Amino acid sequence: MEPTNPVVDYLRMDRIPHIWCPGCGLGTVVNCFVRAIHSCGIERDLISVVSGIGCTGRMAGYLRLDSFHTTHGRPIPFATGLKLANPKLKVIVCSGDGDLFSIGGNHFIHAARRNTDMTVICVNNFTYGMTGGQVTPTTPIEAVASTTPYGNSEEPFNLPHLAESAGAVYVARWTTFHVRQAIKAMKEAVQKSGFSFVEIISPCPTLYGRRNKLGDGLEMMRAFKEKSKVKNGADTREVGLDFKGDIICGKFINRERTTFLERYNTRMAARLGAAYKPYEGVL
Amino acid sequence: MSATEIKFSGFGGQGVILAGIIFGRAASIYDNKFATLTQSFGPEARGSACSAQLIVSDDRVLYPYVTKPEILMAMSQEAFNKFLPETTDDATVIIEEELVKPQGLKPGMKVYGIPATRIAEELGRKMILNIVMVGFFTSVTGLIDYEAVREAVKASVPQGTEVMNLKAFDRGYQYGENLK
Amino acid sequence: MKADPKGVMTGAHFLDGDHACCEGALSAGCRFVAGYPITPSTEVVERIAARFPMVGGIFIQMEDEIASSIAIQGAVWAGAKAMTVTSGPGFSLMMEHIGLAVMLETPCVFVNVQRGGPSTGLPTLPGQADMMQARWGSHGDYEIIALCPNSPQECYDLTIKAFNLAETYRVPVMLMMDECVGHMTEKVVIPDAGEIDIVERRFTTAKRGEYLPYETYGDWVPPMVKSGDGHYFHMTGLTHDERGYPVMNAEAQEKCVHRIVNKIKENADDIILLREADTEDADVVVVSYGITSRVALKAISMAQAEGIKVGHLRLITAWPFPETRIRQLADQGKALVMPELNYGQMYLELQRVVEGRTRSHLVPHGGGTVHDPEVIFRKIKEAVQ
Repeated sequence: MEPTNPVVDYLRMDRIPHIWCPGCGLGTVVNCFVRAIHSCGIERDLISVVSGIGCTGRMAGYLRLDSFHTTHGRPIPFATGLKLANPKLKVIVCSGDGDLFSIGGNHFIHAARRNTDMTVICVNNFTYGMTGGQVTPTTPIEAVASTTPYGNSEEPFNLPHLAESAGAVYVARWTTFHVRQAIKAMKEAVQKSGFSFVEIISPCPTLYGRRNKLGDGLEMMRAFKEKSKVKNGADTREVGLDFKGDIICGKFINRERTTFLERYNTRMAARLGAAYKPYEGVL
Repeated sequence: MSATEIKFSGFGGQGVILAGIIFGRAASIYDNKFATLTQSFGPEARGSACSAQLIVSDDRVLYPYVTKPEILMAMSQEAFNKFLPETTDDATVIIEEELVKPQGLKPGMKVYGIPATRIAEELGRKMILNIVMVGFFTSVTGLIDYEAVREAVKASVPQGTEVMNLKAFDRGYQYGENLK
Repeated sequence: MKADPKGVMTGAHFLDGDHACCEGALSAGCRFVAGYPITPSTEVVERIAARFPMVGGIFIQMEDEIASSIAIQGAVWAGAKAMTVTSGPGFSLMMEHIGLAVMLETPCVFVNVQRGGPSTGLPTLPGQADMMQARWGSHGDYEIIALCPNSPQECYDLTIKAFNLAETYRVPVMLMMDECVGHMTEKVVIPDAGEIDIVERRFTTAKRGEYLPYETYGDWVPPMVKSGDGHYFHMTGLTHDERGYPVMNAEAQEKCVHRIVNKIKENADDIILLREADTEDADVVVVSYGITSRVALKAISMAQAEGIKVGHLRLITAWPFPETRIRQLADQGKALVMPELNYGQMYLELQRVVEGRTRSHLVPHGGGTVHDPEVIFRKIKEAVQ
């Protein structure tokens, strides 16, 4: 019998070939994600994946899991409802930098603040790939996008620092070159109780690489390899990204905070006493 | 009886709205009448002259707002000054007599005064002056059955304060009866 | 199914419309509400925040109305009955997710306690000017259901109805209250749980691996699932096929839109609730909804006192628009008068329906209060001539 790839069972093979470009990092991310899920020890039926809109937004659609392709920027509040209605679910948001941090930025910081129990995986390719390569809140200064033809002049977000500041309990960054580390980080994030965040730097050769003369997918991966520096536990204030600068990778934050529901139940019980039955979902 | 339009008024914190709720509840839950209560909201409606409007009727209330109150309860001078001009020419005006000096009354109007704050203080809680007013109102208007209002007071005040509030209600009611 | 007694506050209460709406949601089995406070709807979520934790439910105040309107859909797909509550400015922000609910066919309830607009408008005073927005505010072509209560009692009754319709047709249902009804306090009778009919969610019976999210099996409405049941289902706001997979072509679009529109249109008779009085031999019929229907009744009684033959048609369901009945009345030659707290929104529909059949008259009002019954009365007199 021919050995089957363990990843295959987690994919909607009836939807392959996928829509992503040659050289895109998303295939690698999906591969890492599935391996992390496969080995994380959480019952598969209880895993729900929620995506927003964009290239990464299509991730949910290729995964043979309960999966939701929602609206632009809103996977986190959808995930919040899903998780609160049934806290037994393991809810994972996979979406892009534009979706999560431009249109969805407010939802991100509030979910982190509440420490809602969910994992957010951001595939950061510095651009809106699906719509032709517009500037996003993570596009480095100088980088050219279709809406910054003379180069971006806005300061980008430092995502790990934003996540830490807003309250995330687990924060890591890797690139698509760091497959093993990315799998481990996703697995740890999913196993972590509370709001965990993993940033994966990923190449978009078609709309970011080419426009910025960064070469094809392979060359971009080579740049990831050469420019990345692993600094576990690094101060997140120091991990901002410059155009063509170093990429600090690693597990930056791993801390404990009471989750939204734990805190909610504690408060209610403190106030209402025996009359209050701890909330464990609507069903 | 067709519909009676009532305005409860005073300054914020006197329990103006609760007075309206008690009568509305008394009329519609305990006295087989129809009652519709409306109030003004927002920063403009807070402060020195707040009010609740109640329509009590034997039939279903259609038009929801009070346009020309036949009964005005005023627990502050500002409220009295502001709302008296809205009333009918033969309105019944019920006042906290130590807080309101009735001026500008029309000849057909009937005025009933009670030192509700003082009575409430005698009972140990200045806050319950609105319930004293409710008792007084019940007596002088005769609009809603005594027992019905009493039940509504019980159902409307915070748990554990029923006894004191009913005492306040009865004191106000008795004060009205003594005027007769 | 009958209501779960745990949420039902049986008895006669003196409640405002906002509080009654909360009680209606509890009776309907709603246990998840996400919202963002906004006048004049705030009292709904304030009561929900106090009441829901006591009956095994949860309320979360989200960061905005956009988040609230999608959090409820996450909750629905985890198996909850869910609702959000807002007023005009928040309703504007929710439009995107009314569209999502239509597309995913998420049963859920949107409550809009209408105030005066546009923009911040009149936060503490009534309006009925979001009626077209409720119908058409999200992009694309679709149908929704909208109900218009005219009393606190109906805020209770119609909230239950809204949940039941949402489950029956897998559609977002709008409860179009207004500030006057929301803030008005009247007697509200809540029956025994055993007397309250509840439509439970219809879940699939398909075996693992065989569930197709949008296969209707010849019906208009497909059965549902919830996350965690092992079906590994996919939902997308993109145009999709029976499997729930995106399909980017005109044929799939036609199929998708055809069904989300026609599942409501074809069942309009089952959905539409009307109340009618004295229309039989009337020369004029006043058509109204929400708080305006009470004021209209006042005007009608004034006209009837003068011997004018005038009847009343009340739209409890505003959407889908009850065109069949209105066309019948028009064909009988009755003149129609429509007062509403806007400059002619539902009236546009009325005009479309009666065009060339009878005369129709709008009684417009900018909002901020209700009509003076005298103004409606004058229009009735004008219409009868």
